[in-house]
Amino acid sequence: MSDVIDTLAGIAPGSPLDAIRNGRLQARTHAQASYDSLFKPLTEADASKLERIAIACFVAGLHGRPEMEAFYGTALAEGGAPAAWKGAIATAVVAAKGQGPYGHYPKGPLSAEDKAGPVFKIGTAERSALGVRLAAAFEHTHMLVFHPRDAAPPYLQALVDAGWSATGIVVISQLVAFLSYQIRVVAGLRVLQARPA
Amino acid sequence: MTDKVLSTPPHVEPVVFTRDMLDWLPWLEPMAERDLTARHMAGLVDAARAKSAYFRLLVRDPEVLEHRTKTDKDIFYNPEAGLPRAERELAAAATSRFNGCIYCASVHARFAATYSKRVEDVDRLLDKGVGTDLDARWNAIVAASVALTATPITFGPEHVDGLRKVGLDEASIVDVINAASFFNWANRLMLSLGEPAAAEKA
Repeated sequence: MSDVIDTLAGIAPGSPLDAIRNGRLQARTHAQASYDSLFKPLTEADASKLERIAIACFVAGLHGRPEMEAFYGTALAEGGAPAAWKGAIATAVVAAKGQGPYGHYPKGPLSAEDKAGPVFKIGTAERSALGVRLAAAFEHTHMLVFHPRDAAPPYLQALVDAGWSATGIVVISQLVAFLSYQIRVVAGLRVLQARPA
Repeated sequence: MTDKVLSTPPHVEPVVFTRDMLDWLPWLEPMAERDLTARHMAGLVDAARAKSAYFRLLVRDPEVLEHRTKTDKDIFYNPEAGLPRAERELAAAATSRFNGCIYCASVHARFAATYSKRVEDVDRLLDKGVGTDLDARWNAIVAASVALTATPITFGPEHVDGLRKVGLDEASIVDVINAASFFNWANRLMLSLGEPAAAEKA
């Protein structure tokens, strides 16, 4: 059975990489099940499907991966997102794009490795198009994608203030973290497949 | 009811990368052990994880935690073919060092040192960072992990060539890709939902 990583990486049944992925069958199966749990959740009480897809579009855009942007962009359109979201996400991606990982360490010997970089604040127009919950989630997502070692309690407080429950924060943290994994597996497998031994 | 962000109790913050055992303090309320249902226990996978604040926080979404954990275990513990365990752990440690996750780096540097017996090389990776010279094979694995971890991703054919040149077969290269990619998942949870603390001395 094919799965999302195979689809995005262009791995055909019976190909050498298909066989290698079958050598880690549990990882393959549960990576797909992780995707299913995040995007087809048992409950939307703490984070709706559309919120999850919008965040995924933003993460894909921040990574500059056309295959991921197309995949989650299609999901956004099919999910019936408000018309203004697509443009707002695209604008936010342009404003938020950067290079990671950067950030600060606890004060001490590692401070020599501190690397400064921007903290993303979403634009007013995008905030009103996406609403306060998603606007806060996008600001948090930018930190998770580009400078996760800057994470601190005030980042979580901002999500709470925007209406996210503790469980909702766990869900969107898992979502962004999972996408960070999925995007890299797909990118890596695509490079490997295009470079036969 | 609005949930609360937690204040951590007094603790000693680790300020260097280390192979020492560390504690981890949550910034959001983990589930109470008494509230864990069969569904949550399935999400924890190992019953012993009910003692961990980290896993009891993540088990607020039991399905995602269960599948995350089973993905993790197969990438690192499956002994069939591919990369030796020590070098899967090296990829995890290098990824964690580059992202700056002191907690994850401590766990996987310990594993890398245990399985490879190359304690000094692992400590040099922790002390000097991902640009340090280990040996040709480890340098190639670290470089590939770092290229996969950068955003935008800079992993390219030169990294595949570099891994092949030091003797990695295709299954081993896929293990490097899986291990480094997975730690981009793990690091972001550990870094953003709580913080490490030096373990209390008994």
